[in-house]
Amino acid sequence: MKRIASFGAFLALSLAPPAACAHAFLDHAIPAVGGAVATAPKEVRMYFTQPLEPAFSGATLRGADGRTIATGAATVDRQNPMELVIKLPPLPAGHYKVEWQVVSVDTHRTEGSFAFDVGP
Amino acid sequence: MNFLRVGASATMLAALPTLLAPPDAFAHGFAGDRFFPATLLTDDPFVADEMSLPTFTINPPGSDGSREFDLGADISKRLTPDLGVTISDRWEHLRPAGMPSVSGLGTLDTQLDWQFFKNGPHEATAMVGVDTSWGHTGRVQALGADDFTTVSPLLDFGKGFGDLPDGLPWLRPFAITGNLSADFPTKSESNGNPNPNNFNYGFAFEYSLPYLQQNVKDIGLPDPFRWMIPLVEASFSTALNRGQGGRTVGTIQPGVIWSGPYFQIGAEAIIPATRQTGHGYGAIVQLHFYLDDILPNSFGRPLFGD
Repeated sequence: MKRIASFGAFLALSLAPPAACAHAFLDHAIPAVGGAVATAPKEVRMYFTQPLEPAFSGATLRGADGRTIATGAATVDRQNPMELVIKLPPLPAGHYKVEWQVVSVDTHRTEGSFAFDVGP
Repeated sequence: MNFLRVGASATMLAALPTLLAPPDAFAHGFAGDRFFPATLLTDDPFVADEMSLPTFTINPPGSDGSREFDLGADISKRLTPDLGVTISDRWEHLRPAGMPSVSGLGTLDTQLDWQFFKNGPHEATAMVGVDTSWGHTGRVQALGADDFTTVSPLLDFGKGFGDLPDGLPWLRPFAITGNLSADFPTKSESNGNPNPNNFNYGFAFEYSLPYLQQNVKDIGLPDPFRWMIPLVEASFSTALNRGQGGRTVGTIQPGVIWSGPYFQIGAEAIIPATRQTGHGYGAIVQLHFYLDDILPNSFGRPLFGD
């Protein structure tokens, strides 16, 4: 019975959202993945499923032509270590792609990308 | 929880050497943005530190009316970031038509794999290996476990379609994995029955809802659906010789995999694809643990070269 209870506790812990380690996946972002915003955002905020290692987590912004757009350095939010933020320059209307790569605090590396549109 | 705090601190200390250099070991089934789950029927095209425990199978009724239930387990371990081994076995319970039931261990199976190719931008991965089913490791007389060893060189591959043009967004979550292998039994017959060489081929067609949410379009899927990967697996084995040439057995298995931080749960229906395979339906359910996430600084790492 004790073993069953322990296994049940393990399952409950695993099913609970954000735990202390494991791979970090993108939970959601602002602007939203594949979304469109009427006015240019001043930053992109990415919320992950695990705490991030700031030294090895970053993101790049590209325009519709694939060229890299200079942004502020990607930073992990001090209040929420599962949040990665990049400050943006003024963006004209267009199609943009965010490419992120992060390392969770247990050293697992993941990467991903998503696009968003700016314009009416 | 104190346990987690202590664990996190210990994790960070142990991780320091790795953090001093850019890490490049993904573990799991990653290729670029793509995460390939561990499939239930077909082989995974990547090496990993993972464990399936248990895999419960209700097989479709055999062509002779027999029923078989299996309780299986397997464990995979990376020796280096690209080289891994897998050991698997299962407990079988057979109910022959009109005869008493019998139970026992099936044939022990081992596999050595080398993941020789990975392309992140194109979400592609490939692996070669050698699978060995060891004779006389199961209950031969009662259950029909192999009394001979079979060596099977194999090629596994995986390809995600995230590199499709932006104009095809709803197709980008698709992925396919596949296996090709050939069986070379060390004995041409057992108890008068031929042991032919077989050509084996299998595929898994996956539609990743996590990929859709994270890389294509956040459609606001709630838990647990946002972590689900519907899939259809199919696997076939065609005999090549010894009077069995052309005889094909195989199954088609539609189902779904839910993937969480530490484990995944998969369930599939089993549909015989040929008359020789059997008739009726079966089912398979599997609990699969990601040991690289559960034990990231011990068993969950490659033994060498990480």
